[in-house]
Amino acid sequence: MYAYDEIDRTLVNERVSEFRDQVKRRLSGELTEDEFKILRLQNGVYLQLHAYMFRVAIPYGTLATNQLRALAHVARKYDRGYGHFTTRQNIQFNWIKLAELPDALADLAEVGIHAMQTSGNNMRNVTSDQWAGVAPGEIEDPRIWSELIRQHTTLHPEFSFLPRKFKIAITASDHDRAAIKIHDIGLKLIKNEKGETGFEVLVGGGLGRTPFIGKTIKHFVHGRDILSYIEAILRVYNQYGRRDNIYKARIKILVHELGIEKFSREVEEEWQHIRNSSLQIDDEVIEDIRSRFTYPSYEKLPHMPDELRQAAADADFEAWRKNSVAPHKVQGYSIVTISLKPIGAPPGDATAEQMDALADLADKYSFGEIRVGHEQNLALPHVAKRDLPALWKALDKLGLATPNVNLITDIIACPGLDYCSLANARSIPIAQELTRRFANHELANLIGRLHINISGCINACGHHHVGHIGILGVEKNGEEVYQITIGGRADEGAALGNLIGPGVKFDEVADVIEDVVEAYLALRERPDELFIDTVKRLGVEPFKERVYATR
Amino acid sequence: MPLVNGGKIADDSFAKLAVDTPLPEGGDILVPAERFLGEADALLKRTGKVGVIWPNNRDIGELVPYLGKIAVVALVFPTFRDGRAYSQARLLRERYNYRGELRATGQILRDQFVFMLRAGFDSFEVKKQADAEAFMQTAKRYSVFYQPTGDGRITALHRRMQLRHSEGVGT
Ligand code: HEM
Ligand code: SF4
Repeated sequence: MYAYDEIDRTLVNERVSEFRDQVKRRLSGELTEDEFKILRLQNGVYLQLHAYMFRVAIPYGTLATNQLRALAHVARKYDRGYGHFTTRQNIQFNWIKLAELPDALADLAEVGIHAMQTSGNNMRNVTSDQWAGVAPGEIEDPRIWSELIRQHTTLHPEFSFLPRKFKIAITASDHDRAAIKIHDIGLKLIKNEKGETGFEVLVGGGLGRTPFIGKTIKHFVHGRDILSYIEAILRVYNQYGRRDNIYKARIKILVHELGIEKFSREVEEEWQHIRNSSLQIDDEVIEDIRSRFTYPSYEKLPHMPDELRQAAADADFEAWRKNSVAPHKVQGYSIVTISLKPIGAPPGDATAEQMDALADLADKYSFGEIRVGHEQNLALPHVAKRDLPALWKALDKLGLATPNVNLITDIIACPGLDYCSLANARSIPIAQELTRRFANHELANLIGRLHINISGCINACGHHHVGHIGILGVEKNGEEVYQITIGGRADEGAALGNLIGPGVKFDEVADVIEDVVEAYLALRERPDELFIDTVKRLGVEPFKERVYATR
Repeated sequence: MPLVNGGKIADDSFAKLAVDTPLPEGGDILVPAERFLGEADALLKRTGKVGVIWPNNRDIGELVPYLGKIAVVALVFPTFRDGRAYSQARLLRERYNYRGELRATGQILRDQFVFMLRAGFDSFEVKKQADAEAFMQTAKRYSVFYQPTGDGRITALHRRMQLRHSEGVGT
């Protein structure tokens, strides 16, 4: 865990008091809605279909139990008793009153949580691997660098009014759980031949109307130079990014229009001016940040404790364990993913009671730490294997032990027409229907790893482009129509999906997905050939045939 | 529009000239970039100070040969959403060592003062009188800054180092 010190706390409090003043000026009419809009967005406040929506940052997805309890408190006191975890390591509350927002922020500030830059045309909440610091084989804990970048980009005086929003994601593992290739800047922590720590830097990824997979702009930037390199990229973007058309304002368009070579030359030139400035990070600074991350004092535990051996007789436990428990870098411990995708419920929602209870479980079984991943699930990062059976029982009571992580019902979905004023179609009901169709665990297990992503409009908040199966709601003649893509992925092999044919009506979506899945089961070479691999081998055609032959 | 200069509401001695306004005999003038570049020698020879209004989509590097001779660079925020002039300001201050008055013009609200001060602006044509009056109070809103910029304010990282070292000395 990272501990805020007095300096960090002061900044968050100063921000809250500034926002309190801005809300007051808005309520008195001193600020017009146009003026206020950008200020509230910089504080995570949207005006949505029904009410104000409030988006809170969970930097690099790490939460302490007191922080999770504070989120539960906000859900209970200022909202309707639940929150929605998003694909960006944020949590959203959908029913907040503007006049109460400063109080909600002040309550969160007490535990070092804020909503700074969770929205608006600035550098957004820095995201990272939800297994950071515990995943076997990572180069080092990427959160140390995430935190350095979080600080550097918070209230940055040059880059708070960019052409468009700007997202940075960091991973330190070969298996990319942070989806770095679909971010404006993706950073992969690596070591060079000399054993020095640095980054492969990718730029220009993103989804939305014009999706792109990020391109490598530099194979190695030394850790000490990473802030100056990011600053150089942003300065070029701030200068040349388009401002005439918001649909073309993201850095991905600039990179595409200039070409990665020309863009990287511009960045390189800018970087040479600033790389030896005060932006250079000395080891002492990194060590200071590193020292404020504390790690549990793990016990020396057996690889296979008796408790686990005994519980293996319980088929339900085993189903959950196989699905939700992952190896930890320390022997005797596991990483437990908590599915926020119960059958028939909106993906990513958690009630205040669940959040409080989870905080208690994390105190008891995970050294007080919780993680939030971009799949809209949570994780307990340090669970002793001997505690797994007890934890499972407790999670089950809370409705949080659905054994579907990475299976077909582990659906990522944006709020869509139920909450979002930009939506063209519903997302949540589609997700709910699909989870019911595939509720049978044996069937889901037989299908294996399969990610479905749903967005209610072209903005792609549900990452539909990179779903193994992507579902995009569009509007056609006043009706909701869904376009279906297959073959996308968001990991180290990131790719955009391909359309399988004309859009289908709301009522047909679940049938079509069933057809796609049946086609896959018939077409796969071996039971362990994943959906995504079958699609790669065969392309779209056989799936298209199966779906449209009878329609 | 009230002008805030050096932290106080001040009179503006500069007359803004359009591209084709006849040159006044004396007095301080602010001229658009293209006119300045076209008539620089003549403008700089007359009595009275000269300042330039520089658009936010033009390379600030073009102004460098003249920086020692001009009294004001006025950068433009056509809307407060457009942040290009922040980059120009930092380049002027930090890369080109410009020490004259650096003025923010356009849609300037109190909510940008802190960012602007940090980027190197020291004078502001403020849109609303109430915002101009709130300048001092607003400018002091933050005491913690995470990034090093040319405004000389100590960053959080360095403040921590200082604290750490002073603790070290005591023990
Ligand atoms: C309900 C209020 C929301 C609004 C108004 C909203 C708005 C938008 C807009 C306008 C874009 C397109 C930006 C662009 O391409 O330039 C976008 C993209 C995105 N949003 Fe949302 N969003 C909302 C909720 C969410 C939620 C709930 C999630 C997560 C579940 C989310 C995650 C994302 C992601 C991942 C992208 C794509 C990023 C990219 O293009 O690189 N948003 N959002
Ligand atoms: S994808 Fe569209 S509908 Fe869904 S949350 Fe984003 S903006 Fe709203």
